[in-house]
Amino acid sequence: MPNSQMTPGIAPGRLPGQLYQENFSDLHPPYQPHEAAVAADRCYFCHDAPCVTACPTEIDIPLFIRQIQTGTPEEAAKTILTQNILGGMCARVCPTETLCEQACVREVAEGKPVEIGRLQRFATDTLMDAGQHPFARAPETGRRVAVVGAGPAGLACAHRLALHGHKVDLLDARPKAGGLNEFGIAAYKTVNHFAEREVAWLLQIGGITLHAGRALGQGASLDALREDYDAVFLGIGLSGVNALRVEGEDHNGVANAVEFIAGLRQAEDLSALPVGRNVVVIGGGMTAIDAAVQSKLLGAQTVTIAYRRGRDRMSASGFEQDLAASKGVRIVTNARPVRVIGNGAAREVEFEYTEETAEGLRGTGETFHIAADQVLKAIGQTLDAAPANLTLEGGKIAITGAGRTSLPGVWAGGDCAAGGDDLTVTAVAEGRDAAEDIHAALTGGDRP
Amino acid sequence: MASLSCDFVGIKSPNPFWLASAPPTDKEYNVRRAFEAGWGGVVWKTLGEHGPPIVNVNGPRYGAIWGADRRLLGLNNIELITDRPLEVNLREIKAVKRDYPDRAVVVSIMVPCEEAAWKAILPHVEETGADGIELNFGCPHGMSERGMGSAVGQVPDYIEMVTRWCKQNTRMPVIVKLTPNITDIRHPARAARKGGADAVSLINTISSITSVNLDTMSPEPSIDGKGSHGGYCGPAVKPIALNMVAEIARDPETAGLPISGIGGITTWRDAAEFLALGAGCVQVCTAAMTYGFRIIGEMTSGLSAWMDEKGYESLDQVVGRATPNVTDWQYLNLNYVAKAVIDQGSCIGCGRCYAVCEDTSHQAIAMSADRVFSVIDEECVACNLCVNVCPVEGCISMVAMTSGDTDARTGRTVSGDYANWTTHPNNPGSCAAE
Repeated sequence: MPNSQMTPGIAPGRLPGQLYQENFSDLHPPYQPHEAAVAADRCYFCHDAPCVTACPTEIDIPLFIRQIQTGTPEEAAKTILTQNILGGMCARVCPTETLCEQACVREVAEGKPVEIGRLQRFATDTLMDAGQHPFARAPETGRRVAVVGAGPAGLACAHRLALHGHKVDLLDARPKAGGLNEFGIAAYKTVNHFAEREVAWLLQIGGITLHAGRALGQGASLDALREDYDAVFLGIGLSGVNALRVEGEDHNGVANAVEFIAGLRQAEDLSALPVGRNVVVIGGGMTAIDAAVQSKLLGAQTVTIAYRRGRDRMSASGFEQDLAASKGVRIVTNARPVRVIGNGAAREVEFEYTEETAEGLRGTGETFHIAADQVLKAIGQTLDAAPANLTLEGGKIAITGAGRTSLPGVWAGGDCAAGGDDLTVTAVAEGRDAAEDIHAALTGGDRP
Repeated sequence: MASLSCDFVGIKSPNPFWLASAPPTDKEYNVRRAFEAGWGGVVWKTLGEHGPPIVNVNGPRYGAIWGADRRLLGLNNIELITDRPLEVNLREIKAVKRDYPDRAVVVSIMVPCEEAAWKAILPHVEETGADGIELNFGCPHGMSERGMGSAVGQVPDYIEMVTRWCKQNTRMPVIVKLTPNITDIRHPARAARKGGADAVSLINTISSITSVNLDTMSPEPSIDGKGSHGGYCGPAVKPIALNMVAEIARDPETAGLPISGIGGITTWRDAAEFLALGAGCVQVCTAAMTYGFRIIGEMTSGLSAWMDEKGYESLDQVVGRATPNVTDWQYLNLNYVAKAVIDQGSCIGCGRCYAVCEDTSHQAIAMSADRVFSVIDEECVACNLCVNVCPVEGCISMVAMTSGDTDARTGRTVSGDYANWTTHPNNPGSCAAE
């Protein structure tokens, strides 16, 4: 008998075959040209536009929207990509509802912002589908930079350095470039291997050599890189995962959400991917939402997100929370895990209700159980194996200015660097700005 | 409830909305549909003289410009007068008028500029029982190259001459349709009146090229890679038409001459504006060609509701009501002083008022760090540009200063007295009362 949503334990193939395709299709289907023209016409071309201020990469949004409106989406794409080389991915994954679209004056006026994210996607898709790479490298400078980590920060940094004529060796621990774009974002936000295609498109600039499977402690050391290269950029992300530190965490079925998502993103056949009948995701951020929603889409019968604080403290946006709810995910707040119960394999999780007090979060003593064949931990990632001689701040690499670390000649950006908000778009901005700083240092003789 | 019934130079119709002489009125089939939908009248598509009918191009006849969601804003055409045999049209006109005696059926005519040609066709039209004729001196394309249409309408002497021929050869009311492709609309209107016209109708279409295909370098609409200027109409031409109607309505030489208003009338409101400036009835074409005949339901209901709201019982209480307020610039009150006022409660902070005032006007709007926009009275000349570009209706208004206030820009006390350019000290020709 084939598996179904009711099949106990963790099992693959819970849904009829065709549902996987449907469930994991594009969350926001792309605009058709006429839709884009109409959507673009809603933009008021604001003076000193609030949306631009709200964008970490400061894309000239009114300009690119006007370029779409006047029938030149490729020019719009250039406006976008000049500021944000991963504008295609950001158009898909940016929490626009808390960035540009939240700042849009039409959001203020009528609760219906200009759909900046979808318009950005229309522009960048048009250009990329035409196979164009609109940037050309400056003449070779003879300078060489090592960029460690081929995620959003590293890619943005590498591209900008290459643009300025420097030679870049781009290292990444994984077998593929892309970082969280490739391994960490919900599949329905980046369909048709977009992350992979975007990396290939980005590398068309030339001057960047990708070394997949090579990273710090994996055939490379920071000291050696500093020796061999004119500068080093670290965009190594957060590879560690916080533990629950509760009884029963070692039961079968308890896993890290990031690994679950990475497995899903790389799966050839989603119907072969096992998922629990009852899934509990612990955490309150985007990773928790992505893991929970995708569990549901894979056919889990019940999926619960449990977050230890109130809903207003969840770092996942209201839009993401609503998305989860619309897919049938239950969100339980003010509940912290006490122990995972089971005999070898997880069966349920015991939670205790919490309340915020003047002294901080406190358990109320009241407990409850939620059935769980699979428990996904999404309570934050940590900087794992940071090079010993780098100064840290709050568990991340301390930086000043445009990503300068405590070590001369070493820059850092993205999730591994202190500050920022762990968004793709922020990582891109940091990578880009570090590249400009590196370029200034390398060409101005001001080597820090 | 207000009565919409209309008596225009003795031609009666249940409402003042006629379909203009154009493709919608080329055939019995269309006209019957229009009357069933509720149109008050039609001006039948222009008839030519007896003989082989004219031919039209076999490619696109229309070009257009659109707003973002393909809202049609302007239409242009290179269609000529009817390309159906005269006899067929006459037979159909007769049938329609017989079946719809309460509707206005006016027949548009364009024949060569010879008395014999006009003399020949008029009895045939009269025989159909039509209520009147409209002389097509307007079409700017095609027929004008053959000495007809706007080629006549651009020469006031010809207008007067042909009008006189018609008045002498028919008992039907004669409406002269004017072309806007002239420098001063009053001259052809005066000529029509001199020739004895019962009324004028205007505007006909405006010579235009709607766009250029940047791939083929052909003007649009394109016929085998070439284009010709066509007649422009639709919402975009309404302001031009309103002005020309008003000019005729207020010209002492033509004042009182009945006017059938045409040009971009798309809604009841447009129609009401034409009536207010002096049109006794209105003609519609592009709106029907964009949405079909059913729009008449909105036009009649809207006009009627507005008249009720204002307490107007019949059209004659509306017609010309705004005409006295149209004046020459020199008579505008220069002591009237207004200032822009921004309602902060409805401002959405887009900053367009700031951008346009700062870049293109008088630097009279201030922007704070937290995007509050406010008017600098010392600089504001009340030009109204901020009002025009503000996306929020009613957010910025021009508020008149009261007499006795000090205008912060000029430092002068606002006077409650009327004073215009004719007596202004800066006017070299002023004759100030001394």
